This record gives sequence, structure tokens and C-alpha cells, in this order.
Amino acid sequence: MTDAPPATAPLVALKDIHKTFGAVSALRGVSIDVMPGETFALLGDNAAGKSTLMKVLTGVYQPDRGSIELDGKRTEFPTPSASRDQGVEMVYQDFALADNLDVRTNIFLGREPQKNILGPLLRIIDRKKMESETKRVLERLDIPINPRLKVKRLSGGQRQAVAIGRALAFDARLIIMDEPTANLSVAKVDKLIEVTQRLKDLGIAVIIITHRLDEAFAVADRFAVMRQGQVVGRFRVGEVSEAQVAHLISHGTLDDYVDTGSGIPEERRRIGSTSSMETVDALAARGTTNGSDS
Amino acid sequence: MSITMDNLKTKLGPADLKEGMTATKVKRFIGDYGIIILFVVILVFLAAAAPNFLTLNNIVNVVRQSSIIGLIALGMTFIMITAGIDLSVGSVVGLAGMTFALLAPASGGAFWLPLIAGLGVGLLVGFLSAAMVVWGAILPFLATLATMAIARTAALVITDGQVVSGLSGPAEWLGSGFIGPIPVPVIIFLVAAIICEFVLSRTKFGSHVYAVGGNEESAKKVGISTSRVLFTVYLIGGVTAALGGLVLTARLDGAAPVAGTGYELQVIAAVVIGGTSLFGGVGTIRGTVIGVLLLGVVMNGMNLMGVSSYFQQGVQGVILVLAVLLNRWKSD
Repeated sequence: MTDAPPATAPLVALKDIHKTFGAVSALRGVSIDVMPGETFALLGDNAAGKSTLMKVLTGVYQPDRGSIELDGKRTEFPTPSASRDQGVEMVYQDFALADNLDVRTNIFLGREPQKNILGPLLRIIDRKKMESETKRVLERLDIPINPRLKVKRLSGGQRQAVAIGRALAFDARLIIMDEPTANLSVAKVDKLIEVTQRLKDLGIAVIIITHRLDEAFAVADRFAVMRQGQVVGRFRVGEVSEAQVAHLISHGTLDDYVDTGSGIPEERRRIGSTSSMETVDALAARGTTNGSDS
Repeated sequence: MSITMDNLKTKLGPADLKEGMTATKVKRFIGDYGIIILFVVILVFLAAAAPNFLTLNNIVNVVRQSSIIGLIALGMTFIMITAGIDLSVGSVVGLAGMTFALLAPASGGAFWLPLIAGLGVGLLVGFLSAAMVVWGAILPFLATLATMAIARTAALVITDGQVVSGLSGPAEWLGSGFIGPIPVPVIIFLVAAIICEFVLSRTKFGSHVYAVGGNEESAKKVGISTSRVLFTVYLIGGVTAALGGLVLTARLDGAAPVAGTGYELQVIAAVVIGGTSLFGGVGTIRGTVIGVLLLGVVMNGMNLMGVSSYFQQGVQGVILVLAVLLNRWKSD
């Protein structure tokens, strides 16, 4: 590779990552890269290695082999905080919030801004700053929530906004979302599209870990399919159908893919040949008609 | 027909809804301020009914009597906010007090040495409890039931069950001295309460105590060292219980190995009356101080009015139940 112009250089590149746990090879030479402002989906079944890969990227695990590059420079994330310090933030599936605390406290949980009183030995939490910063990040997401509201009073979507706001408050450049709709009501995929679009506008890259094809197809620019610790396919949205990806997830190859292939749900098979956005719409439409018929 | 919020609204009409809102507001108000209102009502009642209740002497007396339970309750509040509990505090009172009493005459002029030793014993028991809770993953109830037994045994063994009496002058001052018009135990309690209030409500550590009690998994995920938080709260619990033991010993001018027996229940009751939840995540030091004073005032009032001491525990029980019911109406 020659020097690429800055706009097309990846923000983050994971190169040939290997990780074994005892006799189990969780990752066997995985490489992915994510561009600035890009939404990237990581697809695969349980135990495909998606979570392990993200734990390498967030400093929870150290890879046995391979390297991490940030802005084209090789770097290491020996701890979760090292990864966060460089702008990689994780939004957990359960959002990792404390219900008994208010929005501002949750946003800054573990990283509270402090101010000195009577010198540097006696420091207290700077709640004023927490409040104004909370307002600022939630405005950026266009989801205004009262910073003093207890999190237990929030809806699923608002909770997600707080979790994403937490990442924004610390100048995230890459936000990893683990199964972002798992804890949302069914109708919330639209909201997720909106939020990822907004993050894109802010120039923030997003990696979405998911096993839901409709979700990935709706929000991602590119995606990679993982199976048994390896990347078995890398696509731009629109290059393949949901049915093909479903086949890839379960078989690891498209070589034996037949358009009416088995192992794909009947519903998916019928609409599998249409383009990706139509697929989502068709699924959604079917969902609503089925709902009112029955 | 199912009742949804929308058809409920049309059925009830705006007037009913408004009434419903007012009812909720009243409930919240009672939930938030019920204990303070109850406290004031009791004070007014006793001022009218009990002779000598409203004298400076008696009020100082009430706070002094409450200061030992109060000190222990401060540490218990931290522990209970993390959804833990410490049953060992009564035994720590006994063991720390005994350590203090044994060393006080021997240490000659070094007043601070037996104090440090007594507090150190509290730290040690707190450490043991924390080690079992954090490293051993033993439920706090069981871990501290064990340290409760161990600390009590230690207090009994070191003196072979005997009472130790006769402290040196400065040690006695800790229990019976005055600074101006205020007894030393009251000053110790108030200063400790102010420090604890500050730590819990204003510092990073305090915020993490609430986070661990609210959702330990989330706290871990955002990078809070939950083990360190839990260790610290049990150490604080050990120190405040030991401090209570030192004051008690100084006040009685001696230590019995069974001193402090049953204190844990009084302390837990006071903390719960003050609005702390046994499930964790909720509670304040100022609430605990009110809980402690409320119980102290009720006991004192019953004594003044000549109510048989047989009734006193029952009255405590009734107040406890009332407080738990009121907590359900809290606005959060």
C-alpha cells in the first residue's frame, strides 16, 4: 500500500488478530478496518468471534498476534482505559447504566470531572460541569433529556441515548455498539438509523455488533461477516442480499449458495433477491400487516 | 375491554386526572418528608407531654446517648448503599472497646496509642468482612455473621470473659468530657457525620458507592473498581463501629466483652428509618442522622414519661415498619 490521502485512510485497522483461550482459537487472523465517520457492521452467529474481537479493540483482551493501528499508526490498548483515552468507546448491550442515579451522573460515571476545594488534596465532583456537558452531548444527539432525571424514569431509547451520550462526552472517534436494538422495543430500529446518521454527521465512526441482518442492512455502510474466528466476507451494503449474508453466516461460504437455499427462513427467502433497503421495508411492512391480520 | 391510558383519560375527565396528580404529589411529599414530619410531631408532643424534655440538659443528653449508635450507623449507611450489610458492628464495639480498655492504663501518657489500636481492630474486622465479600464472593449477611462471631469470641477470649475497668484520665475525657457546653461524644459524632455526608454526597468515591449499589455490573463496565469500593465501605464500617466502641468504653470507664451486643439491629433500624434501602443504591447520611435522633428521642421521651422499658423495643419496631412504608412513596 502506498500513502493514501487522509480522507480515505482508515481510522482504525485491526490486522491479522489472533487470540486463543486454552485450546480454543477464538480469533484466527482477523483483519478489519473502519473509515472515519463510517458505520461498519460486524455480523455473525454467537461464538463467531465478534465480541472477542471488540474486546481486543477495547483493551479488555490482548491479542496473541496481530496489531492495531489508529490513524495509520501502530498502537496498543493494554487496558480498557487506554483504549478509551484514544477515543474508542463501547456502548454495551445493556447500556451499563445505574438506574438509581441521574442522567448526568451516569454519563460521567467512573470519569467524573472534579474541582479542587482548599487545594488539590480535597476534590469534589463538578456537578455543574457534568450538567452542562450532559446537555451539550444530548443536544448533539438531538435527544434532549433532563440531566437530573433518574435513569430509571427513562424509556429504552432514552437509555440508549444516555449510553451513547457517555461516549460523546469523552470525544469518541469510534463508538462500538453491542447489539444496539436488543434492549429496545421493535419499532426502535428507525431511531437507531437516525442516531447513527447523526454520529456520521459528527464524523464519528461506528461499529455495530449484531446478528440481526435487517439492522445491519439498515444502518451500515459496510459490513464484515465472521464465522468461527475468521472473516468470511466483506461487503458494501447493496453488494449482496440478506439471504446471501444469512447463508454466509451459517455456512461460511457463498460457493454453495442457491437462491432458494435451505436454512434461510421462508420470509427472508422470498424477498432475498430484492435490494437491501427494500428488504427492510418489506420486512417491516409484512410485520405490520401480519400483526393486524392475526 | 382493556383499560389503556388513553381511554382512562377520557373516562375520568380532566378534573379526576388533576385529583389523581394531586394525590401522587401528596404521596411523594409524605414519602420524602414523612420521617421529618413524624420527627417534628414527636418533638412537639414530647415538649408538651414530657416534663423536662425541652431542657438544654436533656437535649444534650439525648444526642450524647445517640452518638454511639449514630457513629456506627454512619459506616453502616455506606455499606447498605452498596446493597451490603454489616452484622459484625456490635462485636466490633465490644472488641475495639476491650482493646482500648486493656491498653489505656498501660500506655501511660500516650493517649493516642490505645485509640489507634482500638480503631485498628475495627479496620481489621472490616478487612476480614470485605475479604470474604469481595474475594470469597460470600453474601455480606453471611460474611459479617461470621466476623460478628469471630470478633465477639476474640473479645471474650482475651479477657477470659472478664470486665476491664478503670481508664486513665484522658481516655475518660473521650466519654465524659466537654468542649464548651457540648459533650465530646457529640462532637465526635457530629464531625464524623459531616465528613461522611461530604464524602458520600460530594466526592467521586461517594458517587461510586451509589453506582455499586445501583448496578454493580454497570459500575464494573464503566471502569469503576467495585472491589476497591466494597473494601473501602467495610473498612469505614469497621472504623466507625470501633469509634463507637471507644466512646462507649470511655463513657462507662471500662469495657465488658459482651458490650455492643445487639447494636447491629438498632443501627440497621436507624439507617432504614433514615431512608436507606436494604437493596442498595439509595440513602443519605443526613437521613441516617435523623433516623438515629428519632429513635433516641423516642427512647428518651418514653423514659421521661415513665413508660415501661418493656414497651420500648416494640415502639422501635412500629416506627421501623412505618418508615419502610413511607419509603415506598418516595419520589424516586
